[in-house]
Amino acid sequence: MYREIILDYYRNPRNYGKIENPDISKKDSNPLCGDELEMHINLKDNTVSDVKFTGKGCAISQASASMLTELIMGKDFEFVKKLTKEDILENLGLHDLGPARIKCALLSLKVLKYGIYSYVSEKLKDTASADKIKEEASGLF
Amino acid sequence: MQASVINIESIRSDFPILKRKVHKDKPLIYFDNAATAQKPIQVIDAISNYYYNYNSNIHRAVHQLAEEATAAYELTRDKVAKFINVKNREEIIFVRGTTEAINLVAYSWGRQNVQKDDIVVTTEYEHHSNIVPWQLLTKEKGAKLEYIGVDDNGELILDQLDAYLDTGQVKLVTFSQMSNVLGTISKSEEIIKKCHQKGVRVLVDAAQSVPHMKVDVQKLDCDFFAFSAHKMLGPTGVGVLWARKDLLENMVPFNGGGDMIREVHKYDTTWNDLPYKFEAGTPNIADVIGFSAALDYLDKIGMDKVREHEVELTKYALEQISAVKGIKLYGTPDMTKRGGVISFNLGDIHPHDLATIIDEDGVAIRSGHHCAQVLMERLDVSATSRASFYIYNTKEEIDVFIRSLNRARELFRI
Repeated sequence: MYREIILDYYRNPRNYGKIENPDISKKDSNPLCGDELEMHINLKDNTVSDVKFTGKGCAISQASASMLTELIMGKDFEFVKKLTKEDILENLGLHDLGPARIKCALLSLKVLKYGIYSYVSEKLKDTASADKIKEEASGLF
Repeated sequence: MQASVINIESIRSDFPILKRKVHKDKPLIYFDNAATAQKPIQVIDAISNYYYNYNSNIHRAVHQLAEEATAAYELTRDKVAKFINVKNREEIIFVRGTTEAINLVAYSWGRQNVQKDDIVVTTEYEHHSNIVPWQLLTKEKGAKLEYIGVDDNGELILDQLDAYLDTGQVKLVTFSQMSNVLGTISKSEEIIKKCHQKGVRVLVDAAQSVPHMKVDVQKLDCDFFAFSAHKMLGPTGVGVLWARKDLLENMVPFNGGGDMIREVHKYDTTWNDLPYKFEAGTPNIADVIGFSAALDYLDKIGMDKVREHEVELTKYALEQISAVKGIKLYGTPDMTKRGGVISFNLGDIHPHDLATIIDEDGVAIRSGHHCAQVLMERLDVSATSRASFYIYNTKEEIDVFIRSLNRARELFRI
């Protein structure tokens, strides 16, 4: 589980930090282990023009968040909206996580989805898509 | 296996779970005893024997099964009274666990006796179960909740207790006899004496102490005493509240229902005698009977021997773990002041990562805030790892644990 790449992202997280007045901003935590994560995203022409995260927690949660930021940077907003649990685990190269640790790996996706939900419902006023995204987010764990 | 104060091989053979392997071929090394203990075959058999042979409700029916079940259930009460050395069996109330015992006191005693501007004193090393019920009570009553601090050695700063007692506003002091995170053994008798000199009631959370050392409630001379069966080889879902008879008699019931009544009329009810006044509804009969076997098991070994074995193990573990590069230990190194619980962090490895890595080697430890977030704040950490020992653990298991810690350390390049 603790392959070199995970440890590398834990020790040297890419895209760590904050964005001033981001289009999307979301923070969440995992009450069971206390992991915390905040994501900031800017959008331009419907693509992710910048993304940053801050947080504290285990190597899995922090590496997962950092790798997710790299995955979505420069991507079409539709692609980001469609990301699934499987995409994240594939990106991390982790497939055999138990029920306790899978939450660490998926915390960043959960934060991302709730962030998109707020953006879609409040700024785009697209209630139908927003509800779908919210449902996906709450179904993650 | 090493020479030991107890017959470790014979003990281990009584615990079926210790024969299993985890992660394919790793023998289970169970160091999460502060969370819950494993169960010997004697306890498992006592529970299944009840269900196989005399399953029945207690106290009411007159048939033979009911009589057998009632006798077995009530025998446990006698054994508990003897185990913690209290005189009156009717002062032993069976509850679901320590948490329920404390909530019972907060509800039934607290709401009658704690009023606006009164003070309830707890400590910084309490489990959430000895904090949250008091937050609920003091908020409801407009009373204050105060904390006895913890010093850098992991011990309570008792001068602070004196200051609280001097206000004359304190109604209750509640503290754990042994910290579930640091393993610190509180100076219980000193605390209780100080409180009683000022006429203040004392609750002792004995969830971590009763399973691991000889405890004499008469000698302690506290007012309320709570512990759980599952941390002392017994089943989950059974706990004990002991309280002085005069207090119990003046307290209102916690739950209303069957078995706790003398007479029920349309608008009024008179309460049953102690302890039944506090045991509404069909209790956890099977597990109380299972608890009986756990008490027998510990009695046979002797609680002094249990403590001696754990002191020996913990001393060894502290020596070994101190030599691991990057280790940070919490709590006092003085074995006379602590039990078999070791909390630590290793470099910048998050406790959840550490627990996952050493679990791969078959070693089960706990990681997280241990339901003690107030203490985590005091220690200025978000979480710790915790290894905690019991009668079936060995020095050889500690060696595997230390090797595993070193493997994690190398993996994270510390």
